[in-house]
Amino acid sequence: MANQKIKTNDVILQTVTQIILFIIIIFSIYLFFAGHNAPGGGFIGGLMTASAIVLLLIAFDIKTVKKIIPINYILLTSIGLMIAVLSGVGSFFYNESFLSHTFDHFHLPLLGETELATATIFDLGVYLVVIGVTMTIIQTIGETE
Amino acid sequence: MINFIILPILLPLLTGILLIFFRKQIKIQKVISTLISAISIILSIYLVWLVQTEGIQTLEIGGWQAPYGIVLVADMFASLLVLTTNIIVFTSLLFSFKTIGVEREKFFYYSGIQFLVTGVVGAFLTGDIFNLFVFFEVMLMSSYFLIVLGGTKIQLRESIKYILVNVISSALFVIAIAYLYALTGTLNMADLSVKVSELGQSGIITVISVLFLIVFGLKGAIFPLFFWLPGSYKAPPAAVTALFGALLTKVGVYSITRVFTLIFITDVGFTHGLIGWLAAFSMIFGVIGAIAYWDIRKIVIYNIITAVGVILFGVSTMTFAGVSGAVFYVIHDIIIKGALFFIIGALFILTGTANLKKMGGLIHNHPLLAWLFFISTLSLAGIPPLSGFIGKINIIQGGFETEDYVISFVVLFSSLLVLYSALKIFINGFWGEQKLAKDEEKGSINVLYVPITILVVISIAYGFGVELIYPFVSQATETLLDPTIYIEAVLKE
Repeated sequence: MANQKIKTNDVILQTVTQIILFIIIIFSIYLFFAGHNAPGGGFIGGLMTASAIVLLLIAFDIKTVKKIIPINYILLTSIGLMIAVLSGVGSFFYNESFLSHTFDHFHLPLLGETELATATIFDLGVYLVVIGVTMTIIQTIGETE
Repeated sequence: MINFIILPILLPLLTGILLIFFRKQIKIQKVISTLISAISIILSIYLVWLVQTEGIQTLEIGGWQAPYGIVLVADMFASLLVLTTNIIVFTSLLFSFKTIGVEREKFFYYSGIQFLVTGVVGAFLTGDIFNLFVFFEVMLMSSYFLIVLGGTKIQLRESIKYILVNVISSALFVIAIAYLYALTGTLNMADLSVKVSELGQSGIITVISVLFLIVFGLKGAIFPLFFWLPGSYKAPPAAVTALFGALLTKVGVYSITRVFTLIFITDVGFTHGLIGWLAAFSMIFGVIGAIAYWDIRKIVIYNIITAVGVILFGVSTMTFAGVSGAVFYVIHDIIIKGALFFIIGALFILTGTANLKKMGGLIHNHPLLAWLFFISTLSLAGIPPLSGFIGKINIIQGGFETEDYVISFVVLFSSLLVLYSALKIFINGFWGEQKLAKDEEKGSINVLYVPITILVVISIAYGFGVELIYPFVSQATETLLDPTIYIEAVLKE
């Protein structure tokens, strides 16, 4: 025992992370949906979600995080790009010009009268691309020896 | 279909994204990218035909009207360049299959190419100056990726230089747009043209136009701003260099042409005179570089700078002959530079060296390659039946009409030296004592004949079919010289 290195115990950091993580993610999702009428949107929402995952990376290590969130971020980026581009292509079927967006009011359970806009789909693409790119950068730098 | 003119941008973009999913399946990547590239060629031929029969095509993206939303404009000049771009990309893909290597292919090489095409085609088709900036960045990001992909020492060193230069020029681009926006309050090119002509001949407009000249000059490698080009274009593999050499500088040239025929036409005496002299010095420095080196890549790379000078001189004359010559020459130059870089790449594969002094007698074992190179050389210099002739003769005619005799003679003299520099490769590399027996060669180039032959045949056909191409070029020239056609098509007044 004497010659063994003293292992740092991150119990406080890890416990706090487990709670704060959800608050950050919920806030990022709030920002994502707020984007239409208030400051926020896909870019800042995506960065915020990525920062939550980064906090997880700081508190634990890369292997653990990969086990908790088994996502290939490069694929996530391309899926996000695909969603964003196809949301523009969708207007082709209605003989409108590329990237034309529309909205309508729907009556949803719990939420009541809600305005749903197709621009959100584009924003979802942006959101996924931002998470994917940020996490790819951080993971690639973190993994290189 | 109203969305037709976005397809040349959208197809490569979607393909690039799709290819990310097939990272490890190289066969699928090759098939999809070649197929889409072939479809793009057909689409752009249709686009040229559409512009020819129905006039300038515009698309207001998202349905927002012209000065308020982004508008894509396909006039004849842009459409012809889109067509040429797609031909080069197609042949470059064919060239890549055997030369690029599995390691690079597995690391998103084909996606990189498709995103590069998205940027280049987007830059040609956009009608909004900030959107032009964005497409420049799309193109540059992909070119950063392609220049460093592989990670050899020289690539790392040269990509740092390349990125530094381009980041600075992009920052200048944003600043230039900010000045222009502060002055006019609009970003749409047609609207800018109207607003700038309302402001008239004020000093600040001239200052901003020179700032734009510096920005696009950095991208397009004109005289004092070409310092980054020879090193950077030497680093990546031949298929990538061919794409860069044929396309990237031409986007800068296209932007200068567009901006100085549409927006900044109030103080022609100063701005276009400046462009003319910078073009003259580009030609002079280009040929100095081309005759100075014994490295086959450097010889062709310096010829890019000369060609940029020739085209810009044609634009700077602002006469029908000069501008139509520039349009002829830019298309010719994209094709012939592609062909030359492919042949240089093939030579490198055969001999394993870029040093001309270590080659010799290649014509004994590779007569077809030698004669293809010979034809490209004559075409590059502008020998009459071939494609470089008609452009240069028109440019010189434009120069004589505006009485720019000195620069016109620089064009003529530079042709001579360009011919000398390229024939130096032919005489030392292909003729003379055979230094390499058949079995000593470093690799096989049999499949590489396909892309090279396609380009050389197109170049020959272009030279002989000038009569057929002339109506298209003259339509492009009319639009360039008369901004009201462009403005009316976009703003629909």
